[in-house]
Amino acid sequence: MSYNLIGKDFVPPDVMGKVTGKAKYSEDFRAEGMLFCRLLLSPMPHARVRSIDTSEALKVPGVVAVLTADDIPAPPPPTRPVLTNEPHYVGQPILALAAENETAAQDALEKIKLDLEPLPFTVDPLESLYPGGPNALTEGNHVISQGFQSSLKTTKWTAGDFAAVEEGQLPAGEADSEWTYGDIEAGFKNAKVVIDESFVTASLAHQSMEPRSAMAYWENGKCYLHASCQSQSFPFQFLPAMIGVEPENLVFIAEYCGGGFGSKGSAYSDMTIPAHMSKKTGRPVMLRVSRSEEYYIGSARPGFQGRIKMGFRADGRVTAVDLYIVQDNGPETGFSDYSAAADAISLIYTPESMRWRGIRVQTNTPPVGPQRGPGRNQIAGVIEPLIDKAARQLGIDRKVIRLLNNPTSDTKFGPNKSTLTSAYIKEALEQGAQDFNWEQKKQLSGQRNGPKVIGIGIGQAHHPGGATGFDGLVRITPDGILHIHTGVGNLGTYSHSGTSRAAAEALKYNWDHCIIERGDSSKHLPWNLAQFGSNTSFTMTRTNYVAAMDAVNKLKEIAAMDLGGTPADYDIGDEKVFLKTDPDQHLTYAAAAQRAIELGGKFSGQEAPGDINPMTKRSVAGLAGTGLIGVAKDNLEIKGAPPAFGTAYMQIELDTETGTFEITDYVAVADCGTVIHPQSLATQMKGGAVMGIGMATLERHVYDPQNGLPANVGLYQTKPPSYLDVPPTMKVSAVDKPDPMNPIGARGIGEPIMGCASAALISAISDALGGHVFNRTPVVTDMIINAANGRAQSHKPLQTNTF
Amino acid sequence: MKSDNQPAPAVAEAIHSVAEKLTRRNFIKGVIAGGATVSAGYLFGLSGCSSETETAAVATVTPAPGTIERLISLNVNGMVRRVDVLPQETLAMTLRYRLGLTGTKLGCDRGECGACTTLLDGVPVYSCSTLTHTVRGRQITTIEGLEGPNGELHPVQQAFIDELGPQCGFCTPGQVMSAVALLKVNPDPTREEARQALAGNLCRCGAYDNYLNSVMRAARAS
Repeated sequence: MSYNLIGKDFVPPDVMGKVTGKAKYSEDFRAEGMLFCRLLLSPMPHARVRSIDTSEALKVPGVVAVLTADDIPAPPPPTRPVLTNEPHYVGQPILALAAENETAAQDALEKIKLDLEPLPFTVDPLESLYPGGPNALTEGNHVISQGFQSSLKTTKWTAGDFAAVEEGQLPAGEADSEWTYGDIEAGFKNAKVVIDESFVTASLAHQSMEPRSAMAYWENGKCYLHASCQSQSFPFQFLPAMIGVEPENLVFIAEYCGGGFGSKGSAYSDMTIPAHMSKKTGRPVMLRVSRSEEYYIGSARPGFQGRIKMGFRADGRVTAVDLYIVQDNGPETGFSDYSAAADAISLIYTPESMRWRGIRVQTNTPPVGPQRGPGRNQIAGVIEPLIDKAARQLGIDRKVIRLLNNPTSDTKFGPNKSTLTSAYIKEALEQGAQDFNWEQKKQLSGQRNGPKVIGIGIGQAHHPGGATGFDGLVRITPDGILHIHTGVGNLGTYSHSGTSRAAAEALKYNWDHCIIERGDSSKHLPWNLAQFGSNTSFTMTRTNYVAAMDAVNKLKEIAAMDLGGTPADYDIGDEKVFLKTDPDQHLTYAAAAQRAIELGGKFSGQEAPGDINPMTKRSVAGLAGTGLIGVAKDNLEIKGAPPAFGTAYMQIELDTETGTFEITDYVAVADCGTVIHPQSLATQMKGGAVMGIGMATLERHVYDPQNGLPANVGLYQTKPPSYLDVPPTMKVSAVDKPDPMNPIGARGIGEPIMGCASAALISAISDALGGHVFNRTPVVTDMIINAANGRAQSHKPLQTNTF
Repeated sequence: MKSDNQPAPAVAEAIHSVAEKLTRRNFIKGVIAGGATVSAGYLFGLSGCSSETETAAVATVTPAPGTIERLISLNVNGMVRRVDVLPQETLAMTLRYRLGLTGTKLGCDRGECGACTTLLDGVPVYSCSTLTHTVRGRQITTIEGLEGPNGELHPVQQAFIDELGPQCGFCTPGQVMSAVALLKVNPDPTREEARQALAGNLCRCGAYDNYLNSVMRAARAS
């Protein structure tokens, strides 16, 4: 299928502001009389506030107000409170204080007398599950979730469960969830090779470059909030109630977001602090969040302590998988990484039988949440080296064993025999093998040059790639301009623009005549899904397409009314609606927009479809009479789940003396359906690889288990990869086969392109060391030196949240 | 494994004092950096803006030692700007909060990330770790000062657009400034030289490859 816009590069409108410094992020806004807010953070991992004495603080010149948990009632744990009287980790905000300037605010914070009663704490999930072990929260030690409701429960395993823990085997006591399909015992019996490994993946911070600073003020009953958020429309589901304002009285501005990676996917409690403080003081309030505060409140990817048993037939087919994951769930609701990990395995390797069990255990470490490929990307780095191990034992090519197990478009997978819209992971793996020159490269594996040795790795990862049922909204104004209203956020992927082009394409618009309306809820935006979960490309090309087709139908109706005949007699092109049999009989889009305003009703938004979301209804009402309105809910057909697949090949040169390595080649291929915007896809794939390299070898939480204090709160400690940690060039491409369940064939991709890189790197390190599997991420230099020299590792088996 | 993790009161006190010390240490560091002798220098001593109400409020306030502003002249983007500056104020704060130049970003305020990179006489510095009082008489260039007199983009900015350099864009001004500084002293760098020159600018989106492509394109263009 050939398109005018889809699949072509273009300059997204927001890139200009980014290179000139004119793009305004939340800390770049000012308001008259603005106060500065600072947070008092908990110095203890778990404590109860006995008393807070603010009397001396309030005497500091310039101090205006204090907010505590008594002002903003906390929901019952594990839901995150804005402020708390029972902090659950070092760094949790207890109190907010506003002053004329930040110096005064900080001086005043130092004068607050905080009387805390220390409570039991833990930074290790297994410690909490041990008989008599500490509970991270007073209410329990693990979370049970049902839908959006979460509650706490206490579960302790038996000493018997822990019998083999000193040998490094994960105990497998009572789980909070599990599923099984097929007969795993039979599967293991039929296997030629059975691999049984316990593993640890570290928790790691999101570390968005822009800390989540926010500014808010109230004016004439409306709350104006500038916040750092990945998403624009989606936060409205929660944000008005969190602030205490009607949705129509909240103006939410999130035009630019300095990185989120899942941590700013929707409304979060910290962004409401300036809104609450502004309400209390009657003044605008700026909350500047520092780098270390961002570590505390900016979310993290949960670590796993797990065990996986995999059975392989002689030909490499996976017969059975038995997976147990203990998820370090932090102190709050957390996220479903542990089950997502199982889903990814059930799809990428389509095992004939599988059991998954898991439990999410609370620790007194910063809150965890979804981070780029939650669950799926952690597990990719665990499983892929084990697939290599099985291939070595069976004498099978490492690419071939993957292809043998990969799904196709017809695959039914998982406990529910789920289906896919389409799947081309095999094609991606083959394409990558060609680009990488796998057949030659694999011969280099283990080749030595002094202390240096070559390692060759492969990685694969999956994430669901889209959703349905959201709304689209476009508007043609009498000047002939197409306004594409989008509630997609600005995560930095440019997909707000890329997906908007689906509307322009359907209306056969010249892109120069299109304006994207976004980034500010007062711009009348439709109800869209958040910019997370690799969904935008699939979800919002559908919404923009249905809105554009609604506009096309209205254009034809207006033409038939004015020029005779029926709508079916008309077609569109060159920004005109014309009679098929006599193209001279036409209306320009501009003229039709003018006619729509005159006609009113559904044509210009005085009436709206009944099935659209209330938010979209409000937006349509706000736009009524300004042009021809195209608006619809995405009711397009959907059969199966749209997947996103990332595959990667990597070559490294590992120094066995220093434990360092250099990535000398990286090739990645994505399966994301039709490519919408090649340049943006390429930078996403490379950037995903950079994050993957960080997760695989650099980044982790480190805690002092004695006192529950964090050791890594700055960037130089948490170590996001720099220019010098990543290959100077990378080769990326896509299969570019259209998905049948999307009007332009697109699917999402943002997440697995990180997991495949992380997995390929760990696979390559393992390969360089003759197939040694670490079963622990990150694989840091001292681990490599120990492995290369046959020494025992310095960490204890299953130890987590530590060096 | 420990079976009981209830901290003894003494331990709890130690925790508290460790945490306090951490804060104190940062605090004192800030003061030393500011050349001030008494507290108060920790963060950012100036107000959001100067409305009448606020001026009135401030007027009733006795300024703490170390928080007294001094009027100085700065040469920013080719213009002399008169500005009140605190002794411990960093250049990033002066640019962002006194002069409205918010293109200079604060990602860490600790000299780790490079989002605040500006040029001093053409040399890139972390403006979060540069005291404003030390840059009197120097030519300060920020991202806002790169465009030509008629708003034409600097070749580096144009190249960053053509190569789709930025992702989220927060680190971009710093990356651009480092690239401008590099090309000034080395108009025809190798990719490896560019990589080294920009290594002080972190990008969590990982847009390094596109940024390097941008620098190389800018080098070809100029």
